Amino acid sequence: MTATTLLDVRDLTVEFMTRRGIVKAVQHVNVTVGKGETVGIVGESGSGKSVTSYAVMRIIDRAGKIADGAITFSGIDVRDAPEKDMRDLRGREMSMIFQNPRAALNPIRKVGHQIEDVLLQHVQAQPSDAKEKAIEALKKVRIARPEERYHAYPFELSGGMCQRVVIALALACQPQLLIADEPTTGLDVTTQKAVMDLVVELTRERGMSTILITHDLGLAAAYCDRVVVMEKGKVVETAASSTIFKAPQHAYTRKLMRATPRLGVSLRDLLPEDAPPSHAPVPAPPEESLDKTPLLVVSNLVKEYPRQGATSTLANFFRKKDQLPVAEMFKAVDGISFEIRRGESVGLVGESGCGKSTTSMMVMRLLDPTSGMVTFDGEDIGAIPAKEFAKSPMRKRIQMVFQDPTDSLNPRFTAVRAIADPILRMSDIRGRDAVRARCEELARQVGLPIELLDRFPHQLSGGQKARVGIARAIALSPELVILDEPTAALDVSVQALVLNLLEDLKRSLGMSYLFVSHDLNVVRLLCDRVIVMRSGKIVEEGTAERVMDAPQSDYTKELLSAIPHPPL
Amino acid sequence: MNSRPDLDSAHIAATDAPAIAMAAAVPPATLSASAPPKQMSILAHARYVISENPVTGIAFGLFLLITICAIFGPWIAPYDPLASNTMSALQAPSAKHWFGTDQLGRDILSRVMVAARLDMAIAVFSVALVFALGGLSGTAAGFFGGWTDRVVGRIADTIMAFPLFVLAMGIVAALGNTVTNIVIATAIINYPLYARVARAEANVRRDAGFVQAARLSGNGEFRILLTQILPNIMPIMVVQMSLTMGYAILNAAGLSFIGLGVRPPTPEWGIMVAEGASFIVSGEWWIAFFPGAALMLAVFCFNLLGDGLRDIVDPQRRT
Repeated sequence: MTATTLLDVRDLTVEFMTRRGIVKAVQHVNVTVGKGETVGIVGESGSGKSVTSYAVMRIIDRAGKIADGAITFSGIDVRDAPEKDMRDLRGREMSMIFQNPRAALNPIRKVGHQIEDVLLQHVQAQPSDAKEKAIEALKKVRIARPEERYHAYPFELSGGMCQRVVIALALACQPQLLIADEPTTGLDVTTQKAVMDLVVELTRERGMSTILITHDLGLAAAYCDRVVVMEKGKVVETAASSTIFKAPQHAYTRKLMRATPRLGVSLRDLLPEDAPPSHAPVPAPPEESLDKTPLLVVSNLVKEYPRQGATSTLANFFRKKDQLPVAEMFKAVDGISFEIRRGESVGLVGESGCGKSTTSMMVMRLLDPTSGMVTFDGEDIGAIPAKEFAKSPMRKRIQMVFQDPTDSLNPRFTAVRAIADPILRMSDIRGRDAVRARCEELARQVGLPIELLDRFPHQLSGGQKARVGIARAIALSPELVILDEPTAALDVSVQALVLNLLEDLKRSLGMSYLFVSHDLNVVRLLCDRVIVMRSGKIVEEGTAERVMDAPQSDYTKELLSAIPHPPL
Repeated sequence: MNSRPDLDSAHIAATDAPAIAMAAAVPPATLSASAPPKQMSILAHARYVISENPVTGIAFGLFLLITICAIFGPWIAPYDPLASNTMSALQAPSAKHWFGTDQLGRDILSRVMVAARLDMAIAVFSVALVFALGGLSGTAAGFFGGWTDRVVGRIADTIMAFPLFVLAMGIVAALGNTVTNIVIATAIINYPLYARVARAEANVRRDAGFVQAARLSGNGEFRILLTQILPNIMPIMVVQMSLTMGYAILNAAGLSFIGLGVRPPTPEWGIMVAEGASFIVSGEWWIAFFPGAALMLAVFCFNLLGDGLRDIVDPQRRT
C-alpha cells in the first residue's frame, strides 16, 4: 500500500442471504484507488459493480453482508468502523452520485435547502452563511442563475440540471472520494457529455478521486485513468484505460468491446468471434423492391397538447403586464413529413422530448394526431380513431417492439400466451395445436428456445424477454414494424444479438422498420436512412452514411461529437 | 373475470422470487446457476411466511377453527343451541357447560359455535358482493378514466360522506330487517374501499407496455380490461378482501346488537352480547363475554390473515 492510495479494497466478498441460500454477489475483488485518480468499474448488469461500491460506502441492504476481505479508506477500516464514524465519513469524505437524479432529490424541498441540509449536517456551514454557501455550490456546478435556482423544486429542473444539483450535493463537503454509479444513464448524449466533463473537471480541480461505475466502455475510456472490468462478481481485468482498449487481455473484455457499437464496424462485427452464424445467410432482397411506392407516408403531422389547465390560467392571471401570455397549446410534434419505402429501415433519432416517441405512437395508431396525414399503403389510416384501430384489418400490418421488454409483457402471461395473443385475435389460425405450432415456429425464428415458451416473464432474462416481444410483433407478418429503442434496456452483448436478429428478420420477412432511438451509433448499424428530430421538427434527413459522416445541421454535429468513443 | 383469483394471486406471489432477488442487487448471473427457476409451490411459500412470522400461523389456525365451526357447528355442538332448560339457567362455566349457560339455560358454547355459520356467511357474501361491484367498477374507472371515473368516484365519495355504521343502520331499517339486507348494507359501506383500491391499481397500469401491446394485438378496450388489467390487480384485491372481512363481521354483529337484522332466538354473536350485557352487573359475565371473545378473535384473525396475505403477495417482503 503506497502513500498515495486513498481506497484499498482487498479480497472483497459480499454475500446476500436469499431464500435460495447464500448468493455471492462479489467474490475476491481487489480494487485500489489512488489520490486524484479516476477509476472506472465496467461490467454488464449483475456483474457486481454496484455492490462493490455499496460495500465501500457500507450501505449494502440488510440481506447482504461483507463476508470476507478488507476495505481501507485513508487508513480507516470501513468493514469494522462503528456506524457513527461511517455516518461522518459518508457525505464528508466519500459521497455518491446515483443513476436517477430525480429520485435522489427530495421532490418537495427546494434544491437550495437540500444543499444546506448537507452542509449543516457535516458542520461545513453555519445557519447564517448556509444560503450563501449553497448558492456558491450551485455556481460551481455551472447552474445558470444560481440565486433563482436555489428556490427551484426538483420537478422544475431538467434531468441534466437535477444531476448537476446532485453533484453539487455530493461535492458540497469537499469529499476525497466520489462514487458515480451510472451517473448519466438516463440522460441524453449531449447532457451526458456536459455532466461528465463537469465531474472530471471538478474532481481534477480539487484533487479528488473518482470511481465511475458504468456499463458503457466508451464512457469509461473517455473519462477514466484506469479501468476495472468485472464479470459475474469477479474482476477479470484491471489496466490503464489507454492500454486496456488497445490490447485487452481477457476474453470477456474482448467480447464486451466487440459488442459495443462504434464507428466503422458492421452489425456482424458485434457478435463474438466464436459465435456460429445464427442463421443461414439470407439472400438480400432484390434491389428493385426498394424502389416501389412508399409504404408509409407521413405528411404535416402535428400533435398538440394543452398545457396544464390550472397552471396556464394561473400563470396568465399572475403574469406581469409586459410578459407574453403562456401559449395554450404545446406542440410535441410540429408538422413533420417523411416516408418509408418497402423493405427500408428508417431511423428516427433525437433526444428525450424531441417528439420521436409521440410520432411513433401516432404512426402506430395508438394516439390521434391533431392534424396531418398518415398514409399506409395508399390508405389514410390517420383518419381512423386510435380506439377503433384495434378492429381495423390494417392493425396487423403495423406492429411494434417496445422499449422495455419487462414492462411490455403481462406478468401473468406465459411467453407462449404473449406471443399467441395477436394470433388468437387477428389471424385465421384456430385451434390450440395450430396456434402452439405457429408460436413455436416464431420462437425458432427469433432464436428463443422452445422450452422457455411456458415460462413467465420474470423467469426469463432481458434478452429472452426482448425475443418474446419481437416474436409477438412479427407474429402476424406485419409490413411495418416500429422499434422503439428495443435495446435500450439491454446489456451491450445482448444488444448485439438482438440487433443482428432484427436485421436477419427484416431480410427474411421483407419488413420495413421505423427505428426510434437516441443512439446514433446503433441507428447507423441497422438503418438505411436517418431522420434527426429536435423540438418536434425534423432538422436533418439523409442516408445513414451521409448523416453520420457529413452532418449538415449543427445539432447533428453536436449529437455526434457528444458520443464517447473507446479508443479502438 | 379470473376463475381462480386465490390460486392465481398465490401463484404470482410464489413466482416473484427471482425478481426480488435482483432487487436486492443480487446478480441474476449467479442465480442462473440454479436456473431454470423452479416454481415454488404455494404451500412451500406459505410455510416460509408462517415460519418467519408465527402470528400469521396463529391467524391461519384460528381461521381454520372458525371455518370448522361455521361448516360443522350444528353437528359438533354439544347441546342444541335453541333448547332452553330453566333448570340449569345462568350457570357459571363448568365441566358440563364450558362457557356456562344463559338466562334460558341454553348452552353458550353450542350457541357460539353455531353462530359462526351465520356471521361468516354474512361476511363472506357481503365481501363477495362488494368485491364484484367495487372491484369491477373501480377497475373500469381507473382504466377508462373520463366519465366512468367521475361517476364511480362520486358514488364512492357520496358513501364516504355518511358515518358508515349509521348508513348501514339506515339501509337495513329502510329495506327491511333481513339477513339479505344486512349483506347488502355491509357491501355498500365497504364499496368505496374496493373501488378506490381497484381504481388506483388499474390507473397505474392503463398505459403499461403490455397494455399497449395488447392493443396492437387487436384486443378491444373491454377485453384488455378483463384479460390484462384485472388479473394483475387480483393479488392486492385478495388482501383487501381479507382485511374487510373482519369489518364485515363486526358490522353484522353491530347491527344485530342494536336490534337490526338477525333476531332472537337465532344464535348470533352480536345478539348474544346484547342479551348478556344486562347480566354483567349481576355478575353473570360469561353470557356476554364468550360471544364477544369469539367476535374479537374472528376480527383479529381476519386482520392478521390480511397482513399475512400481504406478506405472501408483496414482493418487497420476499428477499
